[in-house]
Amino acid sequence: MRVAMRNRFLVQRLGFALLTLAALVVVLPILAVVITIFARGAAAINWEFLTAMPRDGMRAGGIFPAIVGTIVLTLGTAIVAIPLGVGGAIYLSEYARDTWLTRSIRLAIVNLAGIPSVVYGLFGLGLFVLLLGFGTSIVAGSLTLAIMTLPIIISTAEEALRAVPTEFRTVSASLGGTRWQGIRYIVLPQALPGIITGIILGLLRAAGETAPILFTVAAFYLPRLPRSPLDQTMALPYHLYVVSTQVPGMPPKIQFGTALVLLGLVLSLNIGATMIRSYFRRRRQW
Amino acid sequence: MNKMPRTRWTEFAIESLIRVIGFSTVGFVILIFLFLLREGVPAFVQIDLGNLFGTRWYPTFGLFGTLPLILGSALITITAIVIALPLGVATAVFIREVAPNWAREVLKPMIEVLAGIPSVVLGFFGMTLVAPIVRETFGAPTGLVAFTGALILAYMSLPTIISVAEDALDAVPKAYRDAGLAMGATHWQTIWRVVVPAARSGIVTAVMLGMGRAIGETMAVMMVTGNAARLPLGLDALFRPVRTMTATIAAEMGEVAHGSVHYHALFAIGIILFLITFAINLAAASTMFRKRRRGGLR
Repeated sequence: MRVAMRNRFLVQRLGFALLTLAALVVVLPILAVVITIFARGAAAINWEFLTAMPRDGMRAGGIFPAIVGTIVLTLGTAIVAIPLGVGGAIYLSEYARDTWLTRSIRLAIVNLAGIPSVVYGLFGLGLFVLLLGFGTSIVAGSLTLAIMTLPIIISTAEEALRAVPTEFRTVSASLGGTRWQGIRYIVLPQALPGIITGIILGLLRAAGETAPILFTVAAFYLPRLPRSPLDQTMALPYHLYVVSTQVPGMPPKIQFGTALVLLGLVLSLNIGATMIRSYFRRRRQW
Repeated sequence: MNKMPRTRWTEFAIESLIRVIGFSTVGFVILIFLFLLREGVPAFVQIDLGNLFGTRWYPTFGLFGTLPLILGSALITITAIVIALPLGVATAVFIREVAPNWAREVLKPMIEVLAGIPSVVLGFFGMTLVAPIVRETFGAPTGLVAFTGALILAYMSLPTIISVAEDALDAVPKAYRDAGLAMGATHWQTIWRVVVPAARSGIVTAVMLGMGRAIGETMAVMMVTGNAARLPLGLDALFRPVRTMTATIAAEMGEVAHGSVHYHALFAIGIILFLITFAINLAAASTMFRKRRRGGLR
């Protein structure tokens, strides 16, 4: 009996040790990626790298047009994705009843989230670039990225809206407010931090994606800033792909530097989103 | 009296607008599929099916065999899941059931960081730092092989698997745990024999979503798998270069003439990808919806 007892706890310790090991195996490579890229990329970062045009077949100079391109694309994505995403979330959380139509919307969101990014690229090429005639342009790229980020924004924003207690809506209605007034003046402001977190998470995904912009906007080498929304542009993720696979004799410093700028941008947005969420979660009074 | 109708009108306008926006998501899915069909279906007409599902992909010679690409995707996706499933479920169990608070506070943001790393950055890391290790460890002539791709993909699908599995474990009622412990089972026995089996359907969903993520991944895979369009058969297939459907589209679409057979063939691959991920997500969603209708396990 006692031996069996001891065995059981031995097994438990072994099991827990295995679980801990699994967690370490998951986490350590993440640390390795972040630390290596920061350590080896830091050497490349200086004022020129961040603000100059690339020179010498991208083997020297800076990555300024790629940085600007990514910022412009992300803003373009935001303009389209925020109203559609927040609107969709408001519909699902405030208006939709549980009908087959609503279920088909939910199904559509799950599927949009699962469509491979390169398929978004094909879609953007077919619809925006060729059929609508935007050409490879910032407009086409932003629209493609916006549709790709929709499911992320809708699901996080809906969650934030649902978290607002029903009583808030009831009180607004009891004071004679219409449904929209209740949403506009009561529910939306309360859910705003959660919605903003969702928007940031969606946009950082857009900022880091390469496949959807491959055929819709990205320029291989364009050492100037975009002049109009119908212009092509360089972008950080595509630039990283180009400097690490397409150009022979590329100094590793430039590769790691580009990787660092992209990773730094995405991680700081990520941390920002997490901070907003936890700050307002602590402050809210319901 | 004059003001009322205006409010009602605004209300109506806004409600309709939001309704339209709500339904637009369905519109986008349909639109995406229609476009793939529009550009991809000509391939099924122009290329005979024996060729299209043949074993050789050499577009310059008019050979559009997608079989090596489909099997290439399958090989690295399955290998990735074989790696990620035990790791992901174990980590989820660790986070939910075993880990002290401080470890949970460290692990969860770390996994969110992983989810946020752009795939091109992981691909870059894979080709510069993981590939040489794979080459030396397994004595392959090059490190850019299927296994390296599977390894990177495994980590890319981990955040999905872990977070969905965690939700599944979370949904197991506390009473189950209490009952297990009250029967004299150890903490470990309760986890292993009661909690994990009760969360089984959620874990299956987690794996499906992780698989959907892995099969659609493009950039990282394209950068680390070596991109040789050959049938990945034989025992050493994992340590040979391989090429996936996604990488083929990404690598070749930039160079084809719009409207050519090759162009339509790449869209045809897009249709296959869309259908596969659609089926996976439909299956995953149906298990999720079923649970919701039952009101979860609670």
